[in-house]
Amino acid sequence: MLSKRNKEAFFNPLSKDNPVLVQILGICSTLAVTAKLEPAIVMGISVIAVMAISNVVISLLRKTIPTTIRIIVQLVVVAALVIIVQQILRAYAYDVSLQLSVFIGLIITNCILMGRLEAFALSNKPWPAFLDGIGNGLGYMIILVIVAFFRELLGSGTLFGFQVIPQWCYDHGYMNNGLMILPPMALITVGCIIWVHRSRNKELQEK
Amino acid sequence: MKSLRKFMDKIKPHFQEGGKLSKLESVYDGMETFLFTPNTTSRSGVHIHDSNDMKRTMITVVVALLPCLLFAMYNIGFQHFKAIGADATFWQMFLFGLLAMLPVIVVSYAVGLGIEFIGAQIHHKEIQEGFLVTGILIPLIVPINTPLWMTAVATAFAVIFAKEIFGGTGMNIFNVALITRAFLFFAYPSKMSGDAAFVKVDSAFGYGGGNVVDGFSGATPLGEVAINVGDKLNLDTTTVDAFIGLIPGSPGETSMIAILIGAAILLITGIASWRVMASVFIGGLAMGALAHAFATPTYPASMLDPLAQLCFGGFAFAAVFMATDPVTGARTKIGQYIYGFLIGVFAILIRVYNGGYPEGAMLAVLLMNAFAPLIDYCVVQANINRRLKRAKAQ
Repeated sequence: MLSKRNKEAFFNPLSKDNPVLVQILGICSTLAVTAKLEPAIVMGISVIAVMAISNVVISLLRKTIPTTIRIIVQLVVVAALVIIVQQILRAYAYDVSLQLSVFIGLIITNCILMGRLEAFALSNKPWPAFLDGIGNGLGYMIILVIVAFFRELLGSGTLFGFQVIPQWCYDHGYMNNGLMILPPMALITVGCIIWVHRSRNKELQEK
Repeated sequence: MKSLRKFMDKIKPHFQEGGKLSKLESVYDGMETFLFTPNTTSRSGVHIHDSNDMKRTMITVVVALLPCLLFAMYNIGFQHFKAIGADATFWQMFLFGLLAMLPVIVVSYAVGLGIEFIGAQIHHKEIQEGFLVTGILIPLIVPINTPLWMTAVATAFAVIFAKEIFGGTGMNIFNVALITRAFLFFAYPSKMSGDAAFVKVDSAFGYGGGNVVDGFSGATPLGEVAINVGDKLNLDTTTVDAFIGLIPGSPGETSMIAILIGAAILLITGIASWRVMASVFIGGLAMGALAHAFATPTYPASMLDPLAQLCFGGFAFAAVFMATDPVTGARTKIGQYIYGFLIGVFAILIRVYNGGYPEGAMLAVLLMNAFAPLIDYCVVQANINRRLKRAKAQ
């Protein structure tokens, strides 16, 4: 069940082989949905769900899919799952789904998903593929949450919509940093996380 | 002097490899070269040295900025006493401006140099003097009412993210002082524009307090132009006013006279490239004339005549002190013409046609900073191709 290989499939994407920090994939949505914590977490959970299920489905079909049309099959599977997630969000979390707008739909084009389907699910059994999907989704979500934490805290002074920076700070001249709300600062925040990550994992540093 | 030398020699061993304070080696080194001429000389080969090293270059730019700085102090006082409707002598105005600007200068240098010192210690490198100019540029381009902590945050951001991560002095892609201002502009827009940003109405260290007179507006001429309604510009400020510079604005940018003195110093000493400087003004004139030819009330700034475009706002300051930064600008001669011309064009283009930004000089310089390497690359490639063709033809 949890052999060494399976553990690697699950734990490597969390830090050592993180899709965002090391493979630099999925940057577009990382910049777009991280202005607030709540949509970031919903986005993260959606990606985990889509990734885990699509990995399992593709892994089950891996021997029957002709290689010439595999991308089309992958897209069909992912698109179907994304539409289901979108409908669920509209039914149960309407406000958040409005905030995420097109970015749930754009999970279809998320490079992490296609990358994992191509690189892992097509050549592995369903259980490791499932773990790999969960692991990569989590690795993506962790970064989203860290970025969103700093952006919401410094940009809006809130966390999950609750004010955390006390009022007397504002009374004494403190102001929210409007740049944190804008996408460029998300890129710089991701850059800082990569900076910290590389300096802690020396083997990842490029020469 | 001798006792100082003795003292420095005495404490030297502590800072060398294995000494108690070896981590602070570059601080010692920095202080030593600041106080004394380094006594290391080259041992081999022929070396041709110009007496114009980086320190002297930097100091010349600082000297060129002094007219702007002194005028800024006077103008801050002038605007202040005008706002509170009090009479004041020249020296009172100057004193007020000095007291108002001093904290900004101190904060800018303390934060910037502090980060440079720490960075040098971490990397065991020499402390470089690159911040000397940036540190004086920042107080000149940041509106006087910006809270000090914001200036400190922005300076720290600019020094770390625009300079240190690219490799320190001389390696930066973007002008560090302008990144400071851009950071403030996008992070705290309410403090960086509007009527309340450019004239200090409260007292400085308890000096010169008073109540603002009714009907006073601290809007800059360009700010007034941007909200102008109707077919005619209702502007009190004339081009001559803007040339002299007793108008509201960021401290250093108001006076064309002070800027032109600075430009003369830079050009006579050969520090700044006249190609860049001239082509920025030509580009601005060309775009200003074009906008003026198609003037419409939809874009009120297009009704300004081209000369006024050059005198108002930060255009001239950016042309003389920002565009000519040798590190972030184009290096090839033809490249410098293109680079400068496009800065001028974009500055006026943004100013006139983008309603959100009454002034475009900062954004134009930053934009062209990003394109400077590409311009140089194209110029060099074109030259290579031309010569290849000539070689083949023979």
